[in-house]
Amino acid sequence: MLEIRNLHARIADDGTEIIRGLNLTVKAGEVAAIMGPNGSGKSTLSYVLAGRDDYEVTEGEILYNGESILEMDPAERAAAGIFLAFQYPMEIPGVATMEFLKVAMNSQRKARGEPELKIPEFIKTVRAGAESLGIDMAMLKRPLNVGFSGGEKKRAEILQMKLLEPKLCVLDETDSGLDIDALRIVADGVNALRAPDRAMVVITHYQRLLDYIVPDTVHVLSRGQVVKSGDKTLAAELEKSGYAGVIGEAA
Amino acid sequence: MNVHATTNHTPAERALIDQFETSLPGLPGDATVAARRTRAFDTLRKGLPTRKVEAWHYTDLRRLLASVPSPDAKAGAAALAPLLEGSTILSVANGKAAPLADHIEGVALTTMRDRLMAGEAVDGLQPATADDAVGALNSAFVSDGFRLSVAAGAVIDRPIEFQNLQAGGQSHARFAVSVGAGARATIVERQTGSGEALVSSVSEIDVGDDAEITWLIVQEQPDTVTQLGQINATIGKNAKLTVFFMNTGGKLVRQELRIVAAGEGCEFKLRGVNLLAGSTHCDVTMVLDHDAYGATSTETVRNVITDRAHGVFQGQIRVDREAQKTDAKMACNTLLLSDEGQFSTKPELEIFADDVACGHGATVTEIERQHLFYLMARGVPEKLARGLLVKAFVAEVIEELDDDAVVEALVAKLDAWFVEHG
Repeated sequence: MLEIRNLHARIADDGTEIIRGLNLTVKAGEVAAIMGPNGSGKSTLSYVLAGRDDYEVTEGEILYNGESILEMDPAERAAAGIFLAFQYPMEIPGVATMEFLKVAMNSQRKARGEPELKIPEFIKTVRAGAESLGIDMAMLKRPLNVGFSGGEKKRAEILQMKLLEPKLCVLDETDSGLDIDALRIVADGVNALRAPDRAMVVITHYQRLLDYIVPDTVHVLSRGQVVKSGDKTLAAELEKSGYAGVIGEAA
Repeated sequence: MNVHATTNHTPAERALIDQFETSLPGLPGDATVAARRTRAFDTLRKGLPTRKVEAWHYTDLRRLLASVPSPDAKAGAAALAPLLEGSTILSVANGKAAPLADHIEGVALTTMRDRLMAGEAVDGLQPATADDAVGALNSAFVSDGFRLSVAAGAVIDRPIEFQNLQAGGQSHARFAVSVGAGARATIVERQTGSGEALVSSVSEIDVGDDAEITWLIVQEQPDTVTQLGQINATIGKNAKLTVFFMNTGGKLVRQELRIVAAGEGCEFKLRGVNLLAGSTHCDVTMVLDHDAYGATSTETVRNVITDRAHGVFQGQIRVDREAQKTDAKMACNTLLLSDEGQFSTKPELEIFADDVACGHGATVTEIERQHLFYLMARGVPEKLARGLLVKAFVAEVIEELDDDAVVEALVAKLDAWFVEHG
């Protein structure tokens, strides 16, 4: 589903190269964990996949279902089924969460040539999704992410993922800032979305999240490259010997 | 007025002088009223204010008022549907008040024309200050309007809507509201019409002790209209006055607010939205006097500027030495959406008391790129995402008005503007 070949990307403003020849393949139905120390390029990878224009791809290719996405803007990528759950979801004053959900869902439907959702159907879908994630409907009347706690923001991200039904989910440090109960709710939400036709890229610094979202493959990122790949036992190994051991061994 | 003495009048100035001479005999009022009108007009006779006059620094009226259409006595304008459902409509069309249809419980109502004919309302027929060109023009030419007196303790459930309508030509109207102690009401002031026109509109409001008034000004003139508005308010002890304005049209617009926080512990709130497109020049100028102990005031103005529009906000807060424990906060935020649009803002604080909290802030920004990315990452196309963010920027101010019907009506106005200009 996702194939990244020799990807090089830099910060548009100052030209600092962050991703330096990254290769990664993720198949449909697969949950791939990306682990790595701070500064290894994990978050940059997530932004480059989503199409943030603060980063420039200078070399290589990102293929999604066999086609390059590099020329697509973030909205087109989202409509094609790529979803990024943000590490730090943006607070947007003045945009009610419900209104935002409706616009996002209908924009994607429109891009795919589907009719807009009828209001009762929309509300029913949101209510069911919110309930499963322990989100109070009153929270969705508030401006998007404004005044939400860390846990509420992450749950709102997963709710969006659930409602938008993407094919490729990129979760950037979804565990950061969550206590154990919130982590469990979020992980359950993610696990419920695992499907044979859906791939997930789970980016995390710690192994903890992978106890709840058990990956099929684990890839270690260092200095903008995947330096080691394996199955879930690699995560356990990292936990035991730390990044230094694993990266040192690869280098 | 602090003007250059010149005999080189502009065409607009000449037209006003001619029109005043011609109109005066037909304007309502006895000899005293006529004398007041003449005296008020004398301050304009020497010329309209230029940028050298401090209060008109960003709006050079002499240069910007290129021409003045002749009054058109035949032009009529039909009353509009009210902004808020169920409102009592009091309509003035081309400077003539429509007959009163409704009696409003708790309110005594007269037309300004009747008052002028009876030689009343004389005190108000003069410019408030030497540079008050709007007050002078309106005093000279005012032909009609309404005066309301709200009884003490009355709670007026149905909003009262003043409509100042024109269909080309000129309109000079006045709306005066005196609010008894403890009374409550919501008042809407609509400024709209069609054709090429010069409009002046002066509102006077006296908010009695403990009263609560919300006053909403909605100006949607076409881009062929010069709109000169003014609201003069005095707020009594522990009373609350909220003024909201929305400017979405006009060619040359000046909206002045002269507010006196006169009573202890009173509260003034100003919330305003300027949505400026085309080549509109829109100037909102506030002078707020804190004259009493322990009053609070907050002003939030949000501006969206596109095309070649020029917006202005001047906010002056003067705190008297008696007005200890004053709490005043003023903010003016602007989103510039075009390279040729501009916004000028001038906050001024004059504080003579030593135990006060006063602050002001002004920002001019573009759309937050990270916000745009977030919305787009959810599949919202760029144009729609930008529209949502711009709307959100102003909707925030509207949503602060804690009346659902008001918020809904104003957001609908907002939506309509974005459909046309988004």
